[in-house]
Amino acid sequence: MENIKKLPDDNLLVGFDNSDDAAVYKINNELAMVQTVDFFPPIADDPYTFGQIAAVNALSDIYAMGGEPRICLNIMGVPKKMPKEIIGEILRGGNDKVTEAGAVIAGGHTIFDEEPKYGLSVTGFVHPDKFYKNNGGKDGDVLILTKPLGIGVLTTAQKAGLLDSETQDFAIKMMTTLNKSARDVIIKYDVHACTDVTGFGLIGHLSEMLGDAPLMAELDTGSIDFIPKAVEFASMGILAEGMYRNRKAFANEVDESRAEQAIADILYDPQTAGGLMLAVDPKDADMCFDELKSVVPSAQKIGRIKALNGDKRIIIL
Amino acid sequence: MSSIDARGLSCPMPVVLVQNEVKKNAPAEFQVLLDSECSVENVTRFAKNNGYEVKAEENGEETTLICTKK
Repeated sequence: MENIKKLPDDNLLVGFDNSDDAAVYKINNELAMVQTVDFFPPIADDPYTFGQIAAVNALSDIYAMGGEPRICLNIMGVPKKMPKEIIGEILRGGNDKVTEAGAVIAGGHTIFDEEPKYGLSVTGFVHPDKFYKNNGGKDGDVLILTKPLGIGVLTTAQKAGLLDSETQDFAIKMMTTLNKSARDVIIKYDVHACTDVTGFGLIGHLSEMLGDAPLMAELDTGSIDFIPKAVEFASMGILAEGMYRNRKAFANEVDESRAEQAIADILYDPQTAGGLMLAVDPKDADMCFDELKSVVPSAQKIGRIKALNGDKRIIIL
Repeated sequence: MSSIDARGLSCPMPVVLVQNEVKKNAPAEFQVLLDSECSVENVTRFAKNNGYEVKAEENGEETTLICTKK
């Protein structure tokens, strides 16, 4: 990307620079546009479920910025032989989630592709002074996560046909839950940074949240909601390539000497349609958490941000 | 010694093959042929957590894991 010349634009409040969840473009002093695009190949056997998950995942980037999604466009790749009914089911899944989010699908584009793919381009709105970057956490902030961890392990186990139907239903429920309710609560509080936990795993996204600042984070594994089945699968070696990629990229920042390997693995595990992770000012943390918990029961306090002390930026306790 | 050839398979299939073998035959010793870092790590995790000692022999792109019951 270094070779690509970018035209400077003062209204572009968030662009490429910090690999944030979505771009933010200021329209006037009251309004900014938030824009994102996300799509992937099927991660569920059922086309309607796949459509839902892909939409929840794409919409999540807008919620992570503190914005409200408004207009979506479908992006789709379909193999030539794919039956029309299947295509219809994927689109119906996407549309149902977009509708639940209070947004509309205004069109889209489909191409032929050997492997099916689906996702959305989403445009939303936010106040230009009140959006959340993925970095900007401060010393003393409390870290909150809104969904349990371990979805990536479960989808890997699913690929191998190892998931029982109860755990599969739970995974689908998590991946099809919008981060809307969480966003609607957190915008009332003093949140310094927010992101959704997806491909880089919790640790990768936490590393981004600390940015270049002289800060570190402590993770209380005892307070983190690890999906029990996922811990079991992780210790059996049912782990995706993405987990190892994330480990390679971030392990030098992490002190995991006190953690069980399976637990640490899940902290690196890529999540699909994961929860929001936020750094909340300590004066607001309890109130924000209590209100969050009442509408998003899976919310957990997972740790805190402190001034850097030592050479590791993320300490797993 | 039983041998499992899991080359060319993507994760998590290699570790699943190993699990099936261990579940079925509970071998005292077995070897696994692998060609990805991910599957080497996964099989190592599984074998160690199931009471095997794991020795890795690397030859170019490929790795042979020799697992011996402790």
